[in-house]
This record gives sequence, structure tokens and C-alpha cells, in this order.
Amino acid sequence: MLPRFWRKIKYRYDLVGSYCENCGRSFYPPRNVCPNCRRKSNIREIRFGDCGKVISYSVVHDSENTRMRKPYIVAMIKLDDGPVITSQLVCSPDEVQTGMRVRKVFRKYGEEGESGIIYYGTKFVPADSE
Amino acid sequence: MTLNAGIVSYGTHIPKYRISSDEIARIWGENAEIIKNGLGVYQKAVPDVDEDTATIAVEAAREAINRGNIHPQDIGAVYVGSESHPYVVKPTSTIVGEAISAGNDFYSADLEFACKAGTAGLQICLSMILSGMIDYGLAIGADTSQGAPGDALEYSASAGGAAYILGKRDLIAEIEDTYSFATDTPDFWRREGQPYPKHGGRFTGLPAYFRHVISAAKGLMDKSGLNPSDFDYAVFHQPNGKFPVRAAKTLGFNMERIKHGLVVPHIGNTYSGSSLIGLAAILDIAKPSERILMVSFGSGAGSDAFSITVEDGIESFRRNPSVWDKIRKGVSIDYGIYVKMRKKIRVK
Repeated sequence: MLPRFWRKIKYRYDLVGSYCENCGRSFYPPRNVCPNCRRKSNIREIRFGDCGKVISYSVVHDSENTRMRKPYIVAMIKLDDGPVITSQLVCSPDEVQTGMRVRKVFRKYGEEGESGIIYYGTKFVPADSE
Repeated sequence: MTLNAGIVSYGTHIPKYRISSDEIARIWGENAEIIKNGLGVYQKAVPDVDEDTATIAVEAAREAINRGNIHPQDIGAVYVGSESHPYVVKPTSTIVGEAISAGNDFYSADLEFACKAGTAGLQICLSMILSGMIDYGLAIGADTSQGAPGDALEYSASAGGAAYILGKRDLIAEIEDTYSFATDTPDFWRREGQPYPKHGGRFTGLPAYFRHVISAAKGLMDKSGLNPSDFDYAVFHQPNGKFPVRAAKTLGFNMERIKHGLVVPHIGNTYSGSSLIGLAAILDIAKPSERILMVSFGSGAGSDAFSITVEDGIESFRRNPSVWDKIRKGVSIDYGIYVKMRKKIRVK
């Protein structure tokens, strides 16, 4: 688990993905090969901008591992200059709506108990909050 | 005297939740009016369940980088001062370095000196810039401070942080001089493995806070040949709403010069972030050539004093959202939500 998370730190701490210079499609999480261009792929790493908008969401009311957080929101977010990504949206279920502007924040994903490693990564909040 | 180095950019993060002193007093059967009048704290900032010192430090650092338009890989040092680092062994500063994409070529360490660890980071970055070791340094003071349930500290111990990027070019404020005063004074401490700090009650006042803050301020003014009348603003460490006001009065500063940086009544004591958030609130409104005195205080005990003059660059610097905008956006919670967020109840 630890090395698996460590390998992805760069992509979880920030919106670092990839895009194909051949066709212009962008990917998050990053891909090594463009599914369109295949052998003609010309993949480059890219850091996407901070903001996007919600195109769909679900309110999750139960989960054994996220009791402290429930209910929580999982949203599909179209980044302004990138792909659609799935992320936790930190706000009240009353606030969320399709089309709302959101921005990235750095938050805890979880931790391996009281003595284990702490996992950090990117979540989103309403763009006008904080 | 002038050091020809200073602040290139700054950013802050204040968690959005607030708990009022009335609500805490209601739980513990205390008189809220006496508490509020005694402490001068009406509410405090509370971190969300997925926020800690590392996330607060990263958010403040990212705001500083975006506002200053600094390339993260030009930052040669990252120092994070806190008394609530998420790990006892494993640095917060490397988490910040990775999250801001600073690359791998940077000096870094976590600092601990109660509430003055953040300003110690400023002095370290300043020294490294003046020596030519680095071009830009990132100094952060951030905390999610601990107060035991029912303890007087629970009314004030809050969360927040500020990040400052220092350098020699494109300054928005020059650090003219700095001076520190330290003694071995056990006014407040937390032993290894203990979840909550202990403190000396009234002993935290005269021999601790006031002796160090006033000595550091006077020491700086003596060293640099300045008087209180030379400063347009002053900001002191803010453990409560009373101490910084009394220290200002003793030194000869009126309310007009400290009120804009006095954030503690509305967000509580953000510990390592305290004087640095106050300074940010002042920089939000400061005009070129105005001079600011900042004095931090860390229990144990010591104070770092800084004389800062605002440069022309502040006028084109993006200062929104301001610290006071963030303070005003707070969302109130009750004590039940507060104990859940601060993990004061155990969940299987």
C-alpha cells in the first residue's frame, strides 16, 4: 500500500495529468499511451488549472471508512483546461448543484489508523468558499 | 539600517468553521460574558475533519505562489513552523514542497518553538537570501492547536496559517531589521506523547508573554534607532484579545495602529500562524513607505521582532481575498460537531 501511494503522490497532491500532442486530448489520471492515437501517441505531462465545474454528483450516505465525513459528495468535475475527473467535493449536500464552479484544495484522504501513514491529495470546494 | 531583502508575496488559510465562546461556555457551565470579557475571544476557527497543519500550510503556500507569480522551482528553501505537525517524525515541509511542485532542490526543515516557529522560519529564509544561498525562501507558520476539553485554552486554541515568500527582487515589503529575545521560561509546554499542552495560568502573562514581547520590541527599536512613533502599524502575537492590546499600550501604540491586525477575537489563537496572519491583514491595506512592527511570541520562551517597510510593489500586488474577507466567511458549528471534527471522540 505504501509504495503504491508514494508512486502516485505527484498526481494526487496536484492536478498533474497528461495530454496527447498528436490529438490534443488530455487525461487525468495520466495515461502513458493515448487510446485514440495508440502508436502515434505523443504523451506529455501537464498540470491542469485550479478550477472547473460540476457536471454530475452523488451524495454518499454511508461508508464504513468515512463515518466522520458522511454524508459526502463525489462529483464529476470538468476542469476548465482539462478532462472530466472524479473527486470528493467538500461542501454540504444542500450547496451542491450541477454547473457550480469549484476549485481544488489540498486535503487529507485518510490515514492508516493512529500510527500509520497519512494520505493527502486533491479535493474540491465551491469556488467562492474560504 | 536596511537588509535589502524582504517579502515578495504572502498567502493565508483560515479554516471556514467557527465555534463561539458562548457555545463552549454553555457546555462547561461557565459564564460566557466573563470568558469573553476576560479573554477577548468571541469565536475561534475550527479545521474540517480532513484538514491539518500540512493542508493549511499547503493552501497558504499556494495562495502566496499564485499571488506573487513565483515559479515554485525558484523557491530554494521551505521551512514550516508549527507545534502541531501531523507527524512527530516525518517532515511537513516535504509535503508542502511536493504539493507546490518545488522540485527536489530545496533546503527544508520543520521548526518548533511554540507560537514563534513561523517567524523563526522567516529569519532563516532571510539569512539564506542575504548570504546568497537561495533566491527565494518560503516560510510558513501553521497550526491546528490543541486545547483540552474544559480547559481555558479551549476557548482560544484554533487553526490557521500564513505563508511568506522572501527574496531580494520585486519586493512588496522590505524587512529592515530583525531582533530576537529568548529565555528559559516554562510558561506553556506539551510533553512527548501527550495530546494536550499544559500551562502556568497567570504565569503565562508577565514573566512570559509581556517580558519577551516588550523586550524584543524595545531591542529591535534600540538596535535600529526607531521609536514607536516611526511605525504606522504594529502586530503582536495574539494568544487572546487582551495581551496584545496591553503590550501595545505599554510600548506606546494606540488601538488605531493595532486594530487591523488584531484578528484573535474572531478566529482565536492560530499559534504559529497568529502574528503572521495579523501581519497579512495589515499588508492587505498597507500603502507604500508605511512601516510595520511585528513581534511574535513562543512559549518556552522567546520573541522575534521585525521592522518592515512597505514598498511600491504592494500597489500592483493582488491582495484579494483579504484576511478579513476570510474571517467574515466563517460558518458556525455547535460543540457536538466541534468534538467530532477535532477527533475528541473515539470512533471504532
